[in-house]
Parts: sequence; structure tokens; C-alpha cells
Amino acid sequence: MSGRGAGGAAAVPARATVAGAVELVRAERIGKTFDVSAPWLTRTLGRQPRLLLRAVDDVTFGIRRGETLGLVGESGCGKSTVARLVVGLYQLTSGTITYDGKNIDALASGRAGRVLRRRLQMIFQDPYASLNPRWRVADIVAEPIRAHRLLRGRRAVHARVDALLAQVGLAAADGARYPHQFSGGQRQRISIARALASEPEFLVCDEPTSALDVSVQAQVLNLMRDLQRELGLTYLFISHNLAVVHHIADRVGVMYLGRIVEIAGKRQLFAAPRHPYTRMLLDAIPDLELTGKARTPVAGEVPSPLDPPPGCAFHPRCPLADDRCRREVPLLKSVPGTSGAGEGGEVACHAVEEGRDGRAAKGGGEGRGVASVRAG
Amino acid sequence: MSAAAERAAETRPALLDVRNLRIEFPTRRGTLVAIDGVSFSIAPGEVLGVVGESGAGKSLTGAAIIGLLEPPGRIASGEIRLDGRRIDDLPYDAMRKIRGRRIGAIFQDPLTSLNPLYSIGSQLTETIRTHLDMSEGAARARAIDLLREVGIPSPERRIDHFPHQFSGGMRQRVVIALAICANPQLIIADEPTTALDVSIQAQIISLLKRLCRDHGTAVMLVTHDMGVIAETADRVAVMYAGRIAEIGPVAEVIHAPKHPYTVGLMGSIPSIVDDRERLVQIDGAMPRLNAIPRGCAFNPRCARAFDRCRSERPELVDVGVVRAACWLYADAGANAHAQPRAGVAT
Ligand SMILES: Nc1ncnc2c1ncn2[C@@H]1O[C@H](COP(=O)(O)OP(=O)(O)OP(=O)(O)O)[C@@H](O)[C@H]1O
Ligand SMILES: Nc1ncnc2c1ncn2[C@@H]1O[C@H](COP(=O)(O)OP(=O)(O)O)[C@@H](O)[C@H]1O
Ligand code: SF4
Ligand code: SF4
Ligand SMILES: [Mg+2]
Ligand SMILES: [Mg+2]
Repeated sequence: MSGRGAGGAAAVPARATVAGAVELVRAERIGKTFDVSAPWLTRTLGRQPRLLLRAVDDVTFGIRRGETLGLVGESGCGKSTVARLVVGLYQLTSGTITYDGKNIDALASGRAGRVLRRRLQMIFQDPYASLNPRWRVADIVAEPIRAHRLLRGRRAVHARVDALLAQVGLAAADGARYPHQFSGGQRQRISIARALASEPEFLVCDEPTSALDVSVQAQVLNLMRDLQRELGLTYLFISHNLAVVHHIADRVGVMYLGRIVEIAGKRQLFAAPRHPYTRMLLDAIPDLELTGKARTPVAGEVPSPLDPPPGCAFHPRCPLADDRCRREVPLLKSVPGTSGAGEGGEVACHAVEEGRDGRAAKGGGEGRGVASVRAG
Repeated sequence: MSAAAERAAETRPALLDVRNLRIEFPTRRGTLVAIDGVSFSIAPGEVLGVVGESGAGKSLTGAAIIGLLEPPGRIASGEIRLDGRRIDDLPYDAMRKIRGRRIGAIFQDPLTSLNPLYSIGSQLTETIRTHLDMSEGAARARAIDLLREVGIPSPERRIDHFPHQFSGGMRQRVVIALAICANPQLIIADEPTTALDVSIQAQIISLLKRLCRDHGTAVMLVTHDMGVIAETADRVAVMYAGRIAEIGPVAEVIHAPKHPYTVGLMGSIPSIVDDRERLVQIDGAMPRLNAIPRGCAFNPRCARAFDRCRSERPELVDVGVVRAACWLYADAGANAHAQPRAGVAT
């Protein structure tokens, strides 16, 4: 499959990984900077400098065909920006994204671009905002089929729409209704049906269940699992909910202030998190097991992305921070002894690299006595 | 549930007692019944969690207790008692005195509780002086103490800042300070951590727990997050379509749920400690208010429904240490399912 279009100028040899599976998507050192300055006039009068916000900074990851990469992190850490970069809704400020070996920038326009857009689809958190309220559901779902001229003839399109609705657990009769006549979970099914209409291979899902009740979330997560198996889909699945990501993902990347601080196979990341921030996040999840463990939540909050701390952005909250952390940005490095088949853990932390993180099996322990609380 | 809290729940008279609460919305097409026959109580110092899907009636129940039900919504029948005295039929001014003084409120969005035009210091001192007989200076000193207590760094400086100068987590701390400033006996917290990131949520939960322990405050904690309940509550009420489906000690409800809806709900929650391929799925959705099924409201979605479920409505009955509204336990009152332990008052 990956050999297709290898003659293109932007072709990059597809990387084979440890597990032998081929990477479908690769983001290489991608970055996105937003200009959030006040309007020019106010700026000149008030002598305010230009303000640049680095929403995504030097992010690298690969996603293998048929795999789900989960991205987690707290609000504002850049998850949605990564999602939009990957489907081409934002222009990259730096770095490259290749899809099936081809640079997506080079293919952003023209015929090739249209083919590519068909192969990657995005599902958003708010299914209501992303569905045209004046269109009937059947038309919403048929739109990509018509736009990409995948089928000819009304009858064929009709049949396909019915099949798609059935595939996501809706009735053919639902096609005649409007989005507002559906519940949140049903609307999310409609957006999934629409995304599937163009027969994509890769779905970018930005918090697809975050607006849903848990029982409805379970329906949608089960559906996404089933579809992945039936259709061989590849997912980039974004959520702030670690349990949801644990459920759906094969590998997980943890973001903090625009960077990936740790990325590893799901089992490894949850059983033996290495980055102090990952450990803090895991420790902060309310515990259904009722162990009654007394947790010491890490103090402080995510700093403003407009004014990120120098060095490691996590250092003001990190119990292991030292001088080097305050000066030097840690880069993602693979952790020795963790790269089992397909697990390949990478961590961006000086303490881990220097072997002074204690290598405790799980988070906790170091939560105590966290030094600096940001007085912001 | 701690042994102490458990004893308290059994022996002390209830601080809050809600009996047969019914809330209606008159509409042109007839009356919608949003809350139907809800009864529960909260003991002094106890944390009662209230969970359920959106629209189950959690917020309306809370709003009725603090007297902030928005018209045309109205309490159609039932009673709400605080320390034995009715509070559901009080005139507006009397209720306003109780709110803030004896019952504090925390909502999901801290900005709804804070006035953007005033510094947090003036909002705190005003609230303190409304309820407690204090000089301006003493109230300000108390405000600073409260801010320190809820974990705002350098409160002497921060007290003169405005709400927009705080982050979401910090604002929620300020709202908590406002809610506790007159030492209320009861706090109604409606989704207090839902809008917050996990690390901040953990901070707010442990703050709430510490405050209740230190001040002996009872809390009605409304949330849709079972994890938050597990960490915080002594007992939990599970609401479905305007009624309580199950209520009991939190460990029991989470690990040995009785009502089929609670069983499904617990199984549908993903967790970081299990490796299930699929989550338990309850098909369908909670009914709308104008289409609540006859009999048990859960019957169209219940795999165990039988004839009686479709015609007669189940009431809460003792099932061991919990109470559940389900015909599967119609005769369970004291039999096989029941464990040989004293029943907990609900
Ligand atoms: N179009 C934009 N213009 C300016 N700044 C932006 C824009 N989009 C995002 N940002 C900023 O970039 C940073 C990352 O935002 P992003 O939406 O990617 O975060 P997120 O991780 O998806 O957060 P959430 O969990 O709240 O959805 C934030 O500081 C945000 O304010
Ligand atoms: N002003 C209103 N008019 C009509 N129905 C309402 C009104 N407010 C709430 N409801 C209905 O009452 C039910 C319970 O609402 P609510 O208590 O807000 O639920 P929860 O907090 O559990 O999500 C819902 O079905 C909701 O639609
Ligand atoms: S690099 Fe330093 S500050 Fe950053 S997470 Fe590692 S130890 Fe903490
Ligand atoms: S009463 Fe019947 S329908 Fe309702 S939960 Fe029990 S078994 Fe299911
Ligand atoms: Mg986002
Ligand atoms: Mg609510």
C-alpha cells in the first residue's frame, strides 16, 4: 500500500518500525505559532510588543496503519491544534507532516489534495456545531459522497447513506430528520457516518466523546472500536480524559504546553509512567477503586503559553527540577530498556535521562513537598 | 465511608431532609414533571454524592434546596427541611438569609457566582457582613484568612484583584471561599470540578474534603463523574429521569450496584486499570420529560425488564444496605439479598 505515489517529488520512504508495521502518518518536528498581538494601532499607541503564542512546538510522532494514537493533556496544551495541523485545517509554522509517505503541504491543493482530503477525516467534540442545522441528516451524510463523486445516481447514493446510517446504529428513517431532533450521542453518530462517507483510512477525533454522558460515551467508543476493526481505520484520538484514552489507544502521547513530554505504548505509559508530569496526571485521576489513598495533588497550574517558563516548561511544578531544567529544554529521547516490541517509550526529561528520577514504578511518592507554587 | 460518618448517618437526626419532592414545569402542552417523588437526607458532616446523566434532575434538586428554582419551574409537592424546619415554603427574603448563612452554593462555572465588576475582596467582605456581625476591618481580615484557607497564594495581595485576573481553578477556590465564609452547615456543590482540568480537579476535591472535615460541613455533591464521587462521598444517590434509582453507601453502590441502571452505568465507565475490549453498553438514551415511559422509567433500556416493569412504578426499597427502586427487589426487604447489617437511613 505504501508504495503508491512514490514517484512524487515530496515522497519520503515510508518508515518501517520495530513491529514491522508501516507508518501511515508521520509528524516531524511540527510547530504552530499564532499571532495574538493586539491590533496594530493599539499596539503602536500603547507600545505593546507583538505577541506570539507557540501552541505546538517541535512535536514528533508517527502513527502506524490500523493503530490508534491517543493524545492527552490539559486544556490549552495544543491537542486541537495538532489535530487541525494533521488534517490541514491550519498551516504548519515549522516541520513536516507526511501521509503515506507524501508531504501533506505539497498536496494541499489540486486534484491530489482532494484525494488526500478524502482519505483523512476529522470528528469534532461538538457534533452540533459541526452539522449544518438546515440540512437533513441524509444530505449531511451524502455530501462527501457527492463532493468526491464516489457514486453516481441518486439511488446508489441513497443506498450508501442508508448503509452508513445502519453502520453507526441509526435507522434509515433518521435520514429524513434534522440534527436538532437528535440527542448528543446520536449527533456524534451522524458526524461519524459523515466522516465515513468518503471512505477514509484515517480519522482524527478531537474529544469526540467529551460532551457526552458516560453511558452514551460507551456507545460511541464501542462503535469506534467496531468500525476500526471492520474497516481497518487508523485513529488519532484526542482527549483530556486519561481513562478514555487508555481504553481506546494503542500508544499514547502526553502533551504539556505545546510539547510532547512522553510517548509510549499504552501499557507501558500507564503502568510505568516516567515523565514527572505523566506521573502527576495519572495520580490526579479520581480513584474508582476506593483504595482511600491519600493523594497529594501537585500544586500549581499550567503556566500561560504566552510566557512559558524557560528550560523545561514543567519545572515550576516539578519536584525533580534542578538548574539544568530551568535552563535547557529537554528533548524527547528513547528510554533505555523500555523499547519492547511496539512499545518504544520516549521521554523529554533531564531527570529521567540522568537517571535521577528514582525510577519508581508508579506516580506518587514525589508528590509531596513540591517546591514552587506559582504565585501568578 | 468512615466508621464515624456511618455512625453519624445512622444516629444523628438529618441536617437536610427532602421528602417526596416533585418539581413541575407548566407548559402550553401540559405539565412536565422534572422531579418526581425524590426523598433523601444528609446528616451533619456527611457528603452525599448525586450522580446521573445530564437531564436526570440533579441540578433542579439542588436549586430547589437553595430556593433558586427558576420560574416557571415550581415545587409542586413535597417538603424540604433544614435542621427540622421547613425551608421550601419560605418567603424570598427569609430564604435569602438562609442561603449563604446556613447553606452555601458552588456551581460549575465560577463566573456565575462572581461579579466581574468588583474585586474578590469586596465580594467576600460584603457577603461576610451580610451574614455575620462584623466590622469592615474584621471582615477583610476574615476574607484574607479564607483565601489562604482555600489555597490562594499571597492572599493579602490577591484580595484586591478582580475575577478575570484569576485562572479557572483559582476562581473556583474563590467561589468556595464565598460559599464557606459564613460557616454554613450545608454546601450544595453542583458540578464544582466539571469545568476544570484533572490536576486542578484533584486540588479542588481535596480542598472540599479538608474543609468538610475541619468544619463539619455537610455537602450535597452533584456530579456526573463517578470517580469524583468515589473519592469524596460517603453515600451516593443515582438519579434517572427525575427519580432516585439507587441510594446507599458509596462503596456498596460502586462495587455491588443493585439497580440495573447503576450496574450498566458502572460498567460503561472506562478505567485505567482494566483492559476490556468493550465497555458495557446501555442502548438507547434517557427519555425526555414529555416521554417518560409508564412503569419503571428505565424499562425500555433494561435487559431484565418484565411485565410488571412496564405497568407499575417501583419505589425505593431496602436491598441490603442500599435502597433501590427496581421490581427485581420487590420482596428483598429483608430476605436473601440483604446483608446482616443495620440498614442505613436514607
Ligand atoms: N486560532 C488561534 N489563535 C490564537 N491562539 C490559538 C488559536 N487556537 C489555539 N490557540 C492557543 O493555542 C494553545 C493551544 O490550543 P488548543 O486549542 O490546541 O488546546 P487544547 O489542548 O485542544 O485545549 P482544550 O483541551 O481546551 O481543547 C492555547 O493557548 C490556545 O489559546
Ligand atoms: N426551565 C426549564 N423548563 C423546562 N424543563 C426544564 C427547565 N429546566 C430544567 N428542565 C428539565 O428538567 C430536567 C432536569 O434538569 P437538570 O436538573 O438541569 O438536570 P441535570 O442537572 O441532572 O443535568 C431536564 O429534563 C431538563 O430539560
Ligand atoms: S526536565 Fe527537569 S523540570 Fe522538567 S520534568 Fe524533568 S526533572 Fe522536571
Ligand atoms: S424495575 Fe424492571 S425495568 Fe426497572 S430497572 Fe428493575 S428490572 Fe429493569
Ligand atoms: Mg481542544
Ligand atoms: Mg446540571
